[in-house]
Amino acid sequence: MKNPQEILEILKAQFPNLEFQLDASLPVETFIIADAMAINKISNFLAENEELLFDSLMNLSGVDDANGTKVKDEEGNETINGGTLSVYYHLYSTKIGHKITVRVSTARENPEVESVENVWKTANWHEREAFDMFGIKFLNHSDLRRILMPYDWEAGYPLRKDYKNPEFYQGMKVTY
Amino acid sequence: MALKTEELVLNMGPQHPSTHGVLRLELELEGEVVKNVKPHLGYLHRCFEKHAEAMTYPQVIPYTDRMDYLASMYNNFGYVVAVEKLLGIQVPERVEYIRVIMGELQRIASHLVALGTYGLDIGAFTPFLYCFIDREKILNLFEITCGARLLYNYMWVGGLSHDIHPDFVRLTKEFIPYFRPRIKELNDLLTFNKIFIERTANIGVLPVDTAINYGASGPVLRGSGFRWDLRKNDPYSIYDRFDFDIPVGQGLVGTVGDCWDRYYVRVQEMEQSLRIIEQAIDNIPDGDVQSAIPKRIKPPKGMVYSRVENPKGELGYFIISDGSTSPFRVKVRAPSFVNLSVLGEMSKGHLVADVVAILGSIDIVLGEVDR
Amino acid sequence: MGLLDKEFTDGNIVIAKADDLLNWARLSSLWQLSFGLACCAIEMMATSASHYDFDRFGVMPRPTPRQADVIIISGTVTLKMATRIKRLYEQMPDPKYIISMGSCSNCGGPYWEHGYHVLKGVDRIIPVDVYVPGCPPRPEALLEGLLKLQEKIRNESLVKKTA
Repeated sequence: MKNPQEILEILKAQFPNLEFQLDASLPVETFIIADAMAINKISNFLAENEELLFDSLMNLSGVDDANGTKVKDEEGNETINGGTLSVYYHLYSTKIGHKITVRVSTARENPEVESVENVWKTANWHEREAFDMFGIKFLNHSDLRRILMPYDWEAGYPLRKDYKNPEFYQGMKVTY
Repeated sequence: MALKTEELVLNMGPQHPSTHGVLRLELELEGEVVKNVKPHLGYLHRCFEKHAEAMTYPQVIPYTDRMDYLASMYNNFGYVVAVEKLLGIQVPERVEYIRVIMGELQRIASHLVALGTYGLDIGAFTPFLYCFIDREKILNLFEITCGARLLYNYMWVGGLSHDIHPDFVRLTKEFIPYFRPRIKELNDLLTFNKIFIERTANIGVLPVDTAINYGASGPVLRGSGFRWDLRKNDPYSIYDRFDFDIPVGQGLVGTVGDCWDRYYVRVQEMEQSLRIIEQAIDNIPDGDVQSAIPKRIKPPKGMVYSRVENPKGELGYFIISDGSTSPFRVKVRAPSFVNLSVLGEMSKGHLVADVVAILGSIDIVLGEVDR
Repeated sequence: MGLLDKEFTDGNIVIAKADDLLNWARLSSLWQLSFGLACCAIEMMATSASHYDFDRFGVMPRPTPRQADVIIISGTVTLKMATRIKRLYEQMPDPKYIISMGSCSNCGGPYWEHGYHVLKGVDRIIPVDVYVPGCPPRPEALLEGLLKLQEKIRNESLVKKTA
């Protein structure tokens, strides 16, 4: 069983030219911050290496950090410019029994993260949901389209903090 | 002259008697043999995560009820365990015991619905009625405790909403010897019935490695022979004090990991739940169930991911708090959502009627798939 | 109801209005479309099971809308599902009745405020006859809703068009 500090050391030894950080400042979970464009290589290594053996992805979730600047436009609607969107991966090893959390961040304007679908097949639907709710594009995903909202939903990505509801959808009034 | 054949796309639409809710399956068929299955979800997407960001921590609990509406006690359980970890509080012993008893009773009720409707899908109408009679008895027990039959809002952060009724212990003790022979009756009716075995054995075989890679959990993973249960492998609450077994699929009438194995794992789990309830019901300590409920729930900034063993699988809550009275982000890792993604793998090469059998054995609840 | 209380004295002949006879036939065998969306569907299933039997009122579940008289909308109606419900409603033959069960299909339910994908009440797309409140309504409440629908049918008339 390894704790997050040891896992960080192993990752740093394997990928010397990538940046990693360990964030243990906030309560309960410590997580490793990694690079969004290299997460595929890192995931492959985490799943195959004999000391780590992370063979199950428990959860993949998108988060809107809402750390940009809030701008009010002429109708009084608030939008957020700048800032980041993050994706959190919770990994677990069924054979050894240790856990780790990994976080990647990407810019809000054109969010792109590498897909980990070829490592853990369960990421297929989780990434589709993160795309549907936040608009994060996963590169090299086999079938990236909306999964929960209707396929012709034009009004944006619902779980972002500055999302506005449309008035009508196909002739039906959406608001109360 | 050779026959010209082409592929047919058949739609098992959102309104269908056997899809357990509003699920749309697009089947690509060659004759009667299924080549590919594409599920389309979202017909019950009720925006739970957006509501969780707008409500305070106690106000989110009724919304968690409505996700997996067949096992609402366990949804509450998962959420309050996560928030209590974030706050760092410890609940009284009485609360822990009552939570375990309610959780296990809920597990039996949820499995009864799963088994009854699975029989209905295969074509057997009578076991459905038998299962629902027993379920009414369990719902009676819940009703005298908190007043509701289906959606309880019972487990609160730091305690419970009501203490148990004075008759609850006696009625539960009467329920246990009533229910044991009913499991045997269900086995005689359905489990070892020749037609049922013909329809479900060797259908939808799921190998263990595929199951873990796809993230399957609960009876779907245990039916493939992998002994994995969060109550023993990653314990939460006071489950480590009780003595119970984890049933796995052994391929008694077919191959390991087929539909019959998953069904039989659920039947055996009901028996194990009865064992846990027997051990817990006599030892409930005294105390006040509402003493540890904080006046104002304002966790420090931070995040937590905690998981519990739902009757359907591994239910995980990922909560990020920004120091205010409402959560910043709540993500629910729903077991039915992840278990449903294995459907495409399992149904390749089977007939159309087998797709119904495989879907019933995964046991999905659409409220959880779509949230 | 006077028609049924009459004793069959001579020759088994009963005299009644055509309206009464047709209405009595319609309300005694309402075949429902088995259509359950969410949590209320489980209470509807419990109503059809043996404890609170639905079949003694003549209500039988049919899988296709073309053979159904009444549709019980039980559960939350989302925008994605609303177009399909409209289509099912148009496939049912006349005379057809709608029971809206539960607060989600009455008015949006607990999701009225922030639900971006929830239709706030099914009466925005199809006309509803009986509303059954509750979240979820008890089986007894659903049975009372059915009895109110039967009362409504009893007062229908062939000549006078209702709304």
